[in-house]
Amino acid sequence: MTILTIDKKCWEEGLDRARSAYTLVGPAPEAEALGFRELCATEYPVMDGSQTRLSPKSVVFPPSQVMMSCPLKEGDAKQNIYESVEIGTSPRAVVGIRPNDAKAIALLQLNFDTDEYKDPYVMAAFEACTFIGLAVSTPSATDFSTSCGTGPFDESALDILLIDDNDRYLTTVITDKGAAWAAAAGFCTEAEDGAEGLIQAKKEAAESAITTTIAFNRIKEKTVLDLYNADHWEKTTFACLNCGACTYACPTCWCFDIQDEVHDGTSYRIRHWDSCMSSLFTLHGSGHNPRETSTQRIRQRFMHKLKYFQDKYDHGIMCVGCGRCIEQCPAGIDIRNICDTMNREGIRG
Amino acid sequence: MQNPYLPYPVRIDAIDVATEDKSLKTFRFSFLDSEDEKKFNYKSGQFAELSIPGVGEIPIGIASSPTEKGFLTFTVFKTGKVTSYLHEMKSGDIMGIRGPLGNWYPWETLAGKNVLIVGGGFAFTTLRSSIKMMLAPENRSKFGTIDVVYGARSPGMLLYKEELTAWEKRDDINMHITVDATEDSTWAYHTGFVPALTETAAPAASDDTYAIVCGPPVMIKFTLPVLEKLGYRHDRIIMSLENRMKCGIGMCGRCNIGTELVCKDGPVFTLADINLTPSEF
Repeated sequence: MTILTIDKKCWEEGLDRARSAYTLVGPAPEAEALGFRELCATEYPVMDGSQTRLSPKSVVFPPSQVMMSCPLKEGDAKQNIYESVEIGTSPRAVVGIRPNDAKAIALLQLNFDTDEYKDPYVMAAFEACTFIGLAVSTPSATDFSTSCGTGPFDESALDILLIDDNDRYLTTVITDKGAAWAAAAGFCTEAEDGAEGLIQAKKEAAESAITTTIAFNRIKEKTVLDLYNADHWEKTTFACLNCGACTYACPTCWCFDIQDEVHDGTSYRIRHWDSCMSSLFTLHGSGHNPRETSTQRIRQRFMHKLKYFQDKYDHGIMCVGCGRCIEQCPAGIDIRNICDTMNREGIRG
Repeated sequence: MQNPYLPYPVRIDAIDVATEDKSLKTFRFSFLDSEDEKKFNYKSGQFAELSIPGVGEIPIGIASSPTEKGFLTFTVFKTGKVTSYLHEMKSGDIMGIRGPLGNWYPWETLAGKNVLIVGGGFAFTTLRSSIKMMLAPENRSKFGTIDVVYGARSPGMLLYKEELTAWEKRDDINMHITVDATEDSTWAYHTGFVPALTETAAPAASDDTYAIVCGPPVMIKFTLPVLEKLGYRHDRIIMSLENRMKCGIGMCGRCNIGTELVCKDGPVFTLADINLTPSEF
């Protein structure tokens, strides 16, 4: 593994050099918040370590995405015959992504890349990305990423990890994809011999700054029905408004809807993010709804993240401890408390 | 990489009104490209997404049998946006079909076994596919006895009446047809509800006898205790579930019952499997 040093004075120049081969994607102002989006030629990623309001999952799984289209005009030879839109495969440099957000994108692949089916839109976007992460030097009070199999310096889902070190980035080049981007940017100065130790010290400092943890070891051992039928759900989730903010902010929530829209005689089949907080999510055509109440819907969210996902994939929980849902929930529901309750309590609370 | 969201183009070849109240129609489709038909290799119990550009998609059980070549049939209840639009379409119209999707009745397990089919109302579609498949000359010897208990509200609401009559005349299948009630004096079959008829008509429970149950919730609610009373074990009772679906390939996240996705891990489950999951269906 190579460690480079990048002088911040040369940073933007390098990004510009790599733009000839890569579309630049990163944290940038979006309305009144920090978003994660494609950057135009005059923009650079915000590298102050702030967490984006919505997660970067949109890089591979956009909030709305046209999947296919076809003409509806009578007499057209292609009338009513859907064809996929072109799926972009040109390289994208995803710069400034947090390590645990990159980990979340890796978890999304478990859903979209299966033995039976592969989602070509998500997979193509994922393959096109080089993930150039920025280590989290100062974790927030709601960061519990180290409990979730990731952390502020987690390299497992990244091609490059940048570590802020005053006037430079210490740069761990993890994969060949990462090396290709560094070469395209002209970043090639190797760091001093002691750099590895410096990075380790920074990593330990960041991890020790995370003060909250969760445990989910006993959730795995309990049955689905024991957890589902436990007494605490009304008490622990009564404040939920089913607004869905948590599901939209979450880097691992992958549920979506598919809708047809018609514009100027052309039909577009569009995928949109959806939310298990919505009653329409599960409403049958007959009017029957298997998750009719607010409590049933938020229970589904936590059961999915903390139990069903564990059982189905044996890959930890469907959470990377970013804390967005805690910060953005208008009702003050904290996944750490729910997880602890599920882990601690028996079927009758 | 095959795009699993992209429907195969099909043509509506025939539309038959299936019930006297016209709420159900049977659509017969052929593939525009014969290569697509080869790829659409299905088994009885599976479903597909009927796809109407500009309107949307709807998951429907496949009513034709894999032994019937050259076409697919679906019997569709008019209830929502897509099915209402479909009911107004006409022969010759082009649309899409995406699938086959989901699992199927466990034909590998059912080989050499006795099969009891209990169906009600318009849930009889994949059961029709199953009966047609089992009765095909090349398949009939693979199964033991076949009993079918099928009920509808009235004679006019029974699906596939011509086939029911033909099956009734055969000696290698025992048909037990009932309607809730009728004033038709020529009605030659049973009256009463499916669970009651199941109690008297079902073959004795044994390790070699499986029940496939598919119908409206109220029918299932009262049929399961009957089967239990008759001694059918929960792993010998096979059911097909429905839930709201979009993708049909286990990705969009809405149809789960616990860990299981009805669209991909199901729709067919044993009662023993279902007992381990939340009843969110």
